[in-house]
Amino acid sequence: MTDLFDKHRHIAERHQRMLQLGVNAVGVTNQRLLSPTRAIIDGRETILAGTNNYMGITFDPDCIAAGKAALDQFGTGTTGSRIANGSYSLHKDLEAELARFLNRKHCIVFTTGYQANLGMMSGLAGPRDTIYLDADSHSSIYDGCTLSGAKLVRFRHNDAADLDKRLARGEEDGGGRLVVLEGIYSMLGDRAPLADFIEVKKKHGFQLLVDEAHSFGVLGPNGRGLADEAGLEDEVDFVVGTFSKSVGAIGGFGAGNHPLFEYLRYAMRPYMFTASSSPASIATSIAAIRKLAAEPQRRDRLRENSARLFHGFKALGLDMGCDTVSPVIAVKCPDEPSTIAMWNALLKAGVYVNIALPPGTPNKLCLLRCSVSAAHTDSDIDRIITLFDSVVAQGHGKKVVNG
Amino acid sequence: MTDTVAEICKLLEPFNTVGTTLSPSTDISTDLNIDSVTVMDFVMEVEDHFDIEIPLNVLSETRTIADLAKVVEARAKKA
Repeated sequence: MTDLFDKHRHIAERHQRMLQLGVNAVGVTNQRLLSPTRAIIDGRETILAGTNNYMGITFDPDCIAAGKAALDQFGTGTTGSRIANGSYSLHKDLEAELARFLNRKHCIVFTTGYQANLGMMSGLAGPRDTIYLDADSHSSIYDGCTLSGAKLVRFRHNDAADLDKRLARGEEDGGGRLVVLEGIYSMLGDRAPLADFIEVKKKHGFQLLVDEAHSFGVLGPNGRGLADEAGLEDEVDFVVGTFSKSVGAIGGFGAGNHPLFEYLRYAMRPYMFTASSSPASIATSIAAIRKLAAEPQRRDRLRENSARLFHGFKALGLDMGCDTVSPVIAVKCPDEPSTIAMWNALLKAGVYVNIALPPGTPNKLCLLRCSVSAAHTDSDIDRIITLFDSVVAQGHGKKVVNG
Repeated sequence: MTDTVAEICKLLEPFNTVGTTLSPSTDISTDLNIDSVTVMDFVMEVEDHFDIEIPLNVLSETRTIADLAKVVEARAKKA
């Protein structure tokens, strides 16, 4: 008999190697949360700089009050899907709130961000269609594409000319064509060059989806994401986003203006066959989105903090994931063992960042990835820079700094 | 070794960091110890070299260099 676990033995071996170098870098336990930017890890107070808590909204008193009220009024869970059990008025309220925020006619809420991509990809594209996806797309996009049964063509990251070429190769195929981009790419923090892709859209004609997971609430004058920042929202057919980052809850959404958009509810298995979001999570999301709309200063603060960390790292000579300021700031490291060692040293010194290793990263990069929060103080940011100076610039990462 | 196999082997060399001797029966992922993302990056090089489209869907059934050569030849003919 072949043990089904045989294929996973290499994972166990890699994990053991990581443990020998320190604590479990991919399984940290936050014993207690003190604030959006502080937790007790291993008994020590630690600055959180790897939680995608961009707006620092997770402990907002109004959001917490809304969540508690929803628990009292609607209970702990919905115990089923919206198709089978019906919706709660809260779900409808959240969809209306989001549609307003996004300035889109239709919005569908999902239980997680992951499912939003699974649902939207598989609802929009079918076996006769083709999805063109950026090479650096998030796994939820890849998985959604696979679920759709569509033909999948991968184009070079952020390369509109490469997409143009690949669209031309498939010109005779027939079927619909969906192109998928991300507002901010989660590993390197770079944005899609949206205007270039829209030129290609005008040339070839396709429907365009932008996943604003890391840019929703963050970019643009209205906080609607990259397309808002670029002034190109009319050219984007579908938007996907998540509540687990700037909204500080859990869940996801898809939105668009297509007259048949609402019928996706009956065509997306990841929407139909899972329990709907819990009342507390929905209620905190509604409260948070209202805050994102009413308090643009949060976005300004996040931009200032991001710039402070970005320029601080630049001054240390660190090799960064991209050249533009974004709340995702990744530092390239020489190899896996040194990255693990530096990650451990940073944690011991009191800052939690993400460790990102292949195949979870593009181009086999080993990264120490920071995500900035509007709730970080200047002294938090300066402390992170100081620790990266001693641990990375003067430590194991020296190879990168000095070439 | 067919021309297509030889060309694929040449394209595969930069990805062959473990120094495996390449043959038609080489398993691209396991013999070269490369992960799923790197396999996709390699296939992109193959697509551009032959100016053909190799959708990701066909990769699940394409394990060896010979398998990939068959895909390339079938798709080059179609184009």
